[in-house]
Amino acid sequence: MGRSIKKGPYVDEKLLKKVQKMEASGQKTMIKTWARSCTIIPEMVGYTFAVHNGRKHLPVYITENMVGHKLGEFAHTRVFKGHSSPTDKAATLT
Amino acid sequence: MVRIVGVDLPANKNVVTGLTYIYGIGSSLSKHILQEAGIDSALKIKDLTDPQIIAIRDVIKNCLIEGDLRREINMSIKRLVEIGTYRGSRHRKGLPARGQRTKTNARTKRGKRKTVGLGKRKEEEKT
Repeated sequence: MGRSIKKGPYVDEKLLKKVQKMEASGQKTMIKTWARSCTIIPEMVGYTFAVHNGRKHLPVYITENMVGHKLGEFAHTRVFKGHSSPTDKAATLT
Repeated sequence: MVRIVGVDLPANKNVVTGLTYIYGIGSSLSKHILQEAGIDSALKIKDLTDPQIIAIRDVIKNCLIEGDLRREINMSIKRLVEIGTYRGSRHRKGLPARGQRTKTNARTKRGKRKTVGLGKRKEEEKT
């Protein structure tokens, strides 16, 4: 179920403050953040965020069509490298 | 046989049911269309008169159906994949995208069961 329209999108306040500060100073540095649940708003377009995935911070460059998604959607928390092939398993058994 | 937006409708069914053979029209939208066109929903498709068919066509023109709908769905999936979301990656892998379990079930999305196992082991024993 979606969030109520009355409240507006959830934006992490600290993160928003940092973005505004960066906009005022005109420099573009990577912002480290743990706020995966923060909605991406148009002001964030063009900046790079280092979004925590539980282990480390992954760089996410915000483009225009990412607006409306959450930051966490772009920093995957699970890495699946595939199952080991049957031949590998057989080799380890012998 | 009645043809609407490139789909043949079954002649012996009620109009409400028949319209749902078009991709993108379910029973509720079908009812709504008939109401707007002013047609009795208990009518069979073969009994429709030409002006009635034209009336249905006119109403359907405003709905998103068939090819256009398919294209829109594909576009939104493509968008998810391109911007690198988790949902996009699930679509790419052909797995459910909304957090369902995949240890069992998820058969609609994953398709028919195929056994993955020790298929190659026998070959190795031979050599």
